[in-house]
Amino acid sequence: MTGLTVRNLSYSYGSRRALDDVSFDVGPGRFAALLGPNGAGKSTLFSLLTRLFTAREGGIEIAGHDLARNPRAALARIGVVFQQPTLDLDLTVRRNLSYFAALHGLSGREAGSRIDAALERLGMAERAQERARDLNGGHRRRTEIARCLIHAPSVLLLDEPTVGLDAASRKAITDHVHDLSRDSGLTVLWATHLTDEIEDSDHLLILHHGRLLQEGLAGELRGSQGLRDHFLKQTAGPP
Amino acid sequence: MRHAFITLNAIVLREAQRFVRQRGRFVAALVRPLIWLLVFAAGFRAALGLSIAPPYQTYITYEVYIVPGLCGMILLFNGMQSSLSLVYDREMGSMRLLLTAPLPRWWLLFCRLVASTAISILQAYTFLAVAAAFGIRMPVVGYLAVLPALAVAGIMLGALGLALSSLIKQLENFAGVMNFVIFPMFFLSTALYPLWKMAESSTMLRDICAVNPFTHAVEFIRFALYGQFNGPALGWTVVAGAIFFLLAVWGYDPARGLLRRKS
Repeated sequence: MTGLTVRNLSYSYGSRRALDDVSFDVGPGRFAALLGPNGAGKSTLFSLLTRLFTAREGGIEIAGHDLARNPRAALARIGVVFQQPTLDLDLTVRRNLSYFAALHGLSGREAGSRIDAALERLGMAERAQERARDLNGGHRRRTEIARCLIHAPSVLLLDEPTVGLDAASRKAITDHVHDLSRDSGLTVLWATHLTDEIEDSDHLLILHHGRLLQEGLAGELRGSQGLRDHFLKQTAGPP
Repeated sequence: MRHAFITLNAIVLREAQRFVRQRGRFVAALVRPLIWLLVFAAGFRAALGLSIAPPYQTYITYEVYIVPGLCGMILLFNGMQSSLSLVYDREMGSMRLLLTAPLPRWWLLFCRLVASTAISILQAYTFLAVAAAFGIRMPVVGYLAVLPALAVAGIMLGALGLALSSLIKQLENFAGVMNFVIFPMFFLSTALYPLWKMAESSTMLRDICAVNPFTHAVEFIRFALYGQFNGPALGWTVVAGAIFFLLAVWGYDPARGLLRRKS
């Protein structure tokens, strides 16, 4: 069983090439950080991975399921946190999670116990009856992460999930998802443009102008310099 | 199969919860046809003579004539309201959650359609109850027979809203839909005046009214309210609904990349 495989993926908006022949593998249970500046093509890649739109060139395999040939099986194996918040702010935390559970075919007691477990895992159990509107940014993100765990996915896709959060919330969420990957064997693809969210043991993918510049262990790629300096050096050049 | 129905149930429930929260929307949806019924129709009663034509078996007042058209108006406006909320969901991001669910996309769109139609039917029945309170009553059997007619017409108009929502790029463009879709569709139909009355002033306008799917939706409702079945009106409504739904499925096809501008 593979985690996530992307093969020769390209995508254009009209004449503008947003992704150019991108290929990589993320093994099962690995945490991969997709690092790229704004406009690198991270969100386009996430839209293709979640089948919001489809590419004419290249292929995607999620937990062994080809996304183009078997989209339902592939989508059932992923949990997604989009960059844009997707909670219904007028619903309680629990109702937001119940709605999502139903989209994945879960209802009744089974959905209830999975929701309880997911909220407990993210430290949100006490806030289950609060309206999403009344939560702070960090708790809203935790709710979204709890939500994407309900259907026991194999692969987590998180598109800049810490955008707009304070430093403490950012660290808490980053650490938590690292723990999830380590403890539960979840494959994680974490898109970010912030180098301090990446650990040396993470699988690092540097994306720039739609092309994959580097791939490997973060600690090995950065060598003796800081990851921030390494990243800036890599992305300083013209496309 | 079970998964598909759990999802349908959740989407309908969510739309109902959203509707209950937005009481203003409910009142607005009710006030609009009531103004037409109690103000506009009262003013036109003297000016507009109506002959006896099926499904009516006796002379009727203009208020009675206009009721099915106003039910259609509720369905039309609610279909567009639903389209507006889809565009809003798309801009706000919550549409992504729905479209990444592991179900066929046409089914997810159909669930949204059923949800918005259920709300439309509820509003139409409330309107009929208020009209009855003002003395504008239909035969008792009509109140039952109109349920499937409202459902079919609601699905057709909701599918139109769904198709339009795939074409509208931004929320701001919605005013154009009002001007170019809702108003012509409503006024160029039998909602306010019968076809023969329209023919007296212009045969071309009559012909336009005759091919307007909204005309057939209104006539289907009109006949059903008197316990009668209008086969051709049903046929037109179903065919138009199927075309609009196919357009919506095409509009939301991931290969077409509807959401890419927002990514």
